[in-house]
Amino acid sequence: MSPAAAATAAHATTAAAGNGHGFLSPTGVEIAFLLVGLVTLGAALVTVTTRQLVHAALWLVVALGGLAVEYLLLTAEFIAWVQVLIYVGSVVVLLLFGLMLTRAPIGRSPDADSGNRWAALVVAAAAAGALVWVVVDAFRTTWIDLDGPAAGTTRVTGQSLFQNWVLPFEALSVLLLAALVGAIVLSRKATAETTPDTPAAAGAPGDKEGAR
Amino acid sequence: MHLAYPAVLSSLLFCTGVYGVLARRNAILVLMSVELMLNAVNLNLVAFDVWLSRAAEETLHSGQALTLFTIAIAAAEIGIGLAIVLAVHRNRGTADIDKLRDTAEGPETERPDSSAAEKAEATA
Repeated sequence: MSPAAAATAAHATTAAAGNGHGFLSPTGVEIAFLLVGLVTLGAALVTVTTRQLVHAALWLVVALGGLAVEYLLLTAEFIAWVQVLIYVGSVVVLLLFGLMLTRAPIGRSPDADSGNRWAALVVAAAAAGALVWVVVDAFRTTWIDLDGPAAGTTRVTGQSLFQNWVLPFEALSVLLLAALVGAIVLSRKATAETTPDTPAAAGAPGDKEGAR
Repeated sequence: MHLAYPAVLSSLLFCTGVYGVLARRNAILVLMSVELMLNAVNLNLVAFDVWLSRAAEETLHSGQALTLFTIAIAAAEIGIGLAIVLAVHRNRGTADIDKLRDTAEGPETERPDSSAAEKAEATA
C-alpha cells in the first residue's frame, strides 16, 4: 500500500516537502506546467463567462489544447495526441455545428447567463475552496517522479490496453456504435414527420457521421 | 513535479465547469461546461496514474486506460447531447434551457411561454 505509506509520510513531515523538493524552488517542468495551467484555466474561465457563443467554443479549443500540453508535460503522450484528435478535432467542431444549427446569435447575446448566476458562483467558489483545500492538504508533499522511461508512451499504453483492458475496450466500441445509431435516430425522426424542414434537418446526421 | 499542481488545476477546472453548467442558459454552452468537467477528471486520472506507475508495484496503467475510455464516452455523450439539443430546437424553436419548463412544478406562470412553444411546434 504505497499510497497509504506516502500519505502517512506526508503527515509525518509537516512543513518541509517530501524528498527535499520544495515549492519555492520549482523545476523547469513545474514552471512550464504552471504557466500552461494558468493559460488553460484562464481560457476555461473565459469559456464559461463570455457572452459571445462562438467565442466560447473557440476559447474551449485553447483550454483543451492547454490540457493536451499538460498531458505531454506529465509524459502521457498518447493521451495528449488523443486529446488533440478527439477534443480539438471533433468535439469542438461538433459544438460549432450545433451552435450554427441552433441559429445561435453571432454577436454579443445579453442573455447568455441565466438568472441563478450568483448562486452558481457561490456554489462553484465553495466547491473550489473545499476541493483545493483538501487536495493541497492531502498531496502537499507527494512528488511525481518524471525521470526515467515515459509512463504513457504509445507502446506502454497499447500494451496495457490490449493486455488488461480488452473487454472494456470492446464494450466501449459497442457503446460508440449505440451512440452513433442513437444520434442518427434522434436526428432522423423529425425529418420523417415534417417534410418542409428537410435541408436543416438532413444536415444534422451527416455532420455527426463526418465528425466521427 | 509536485502532485499538488495537477490536482489543484484539475479541481479548479472542475469548479469552472460547475459554474458553467449552473449559470449558462444555452444548452450547447452547458455541454461545453460538461466537457470542461470531464477534462478536469481526465487530468486527475493521468496525473495519479503517472505518480502511481512509479510509486506502486503494479497498476495496470488503469488511470490512462480509464482516461481513454472517458474520452470516448465523452465523444459519444457530446454526439447524443447535440442530437437532443437539435431535436429540441427543431420542435420548440429554442435551445434555451430556462424556457423548457414543461415538467416544472409550481405556480402557473408559464402560460404564454408554453402556448408560444406549441405555436412553434405547429409551424415547424
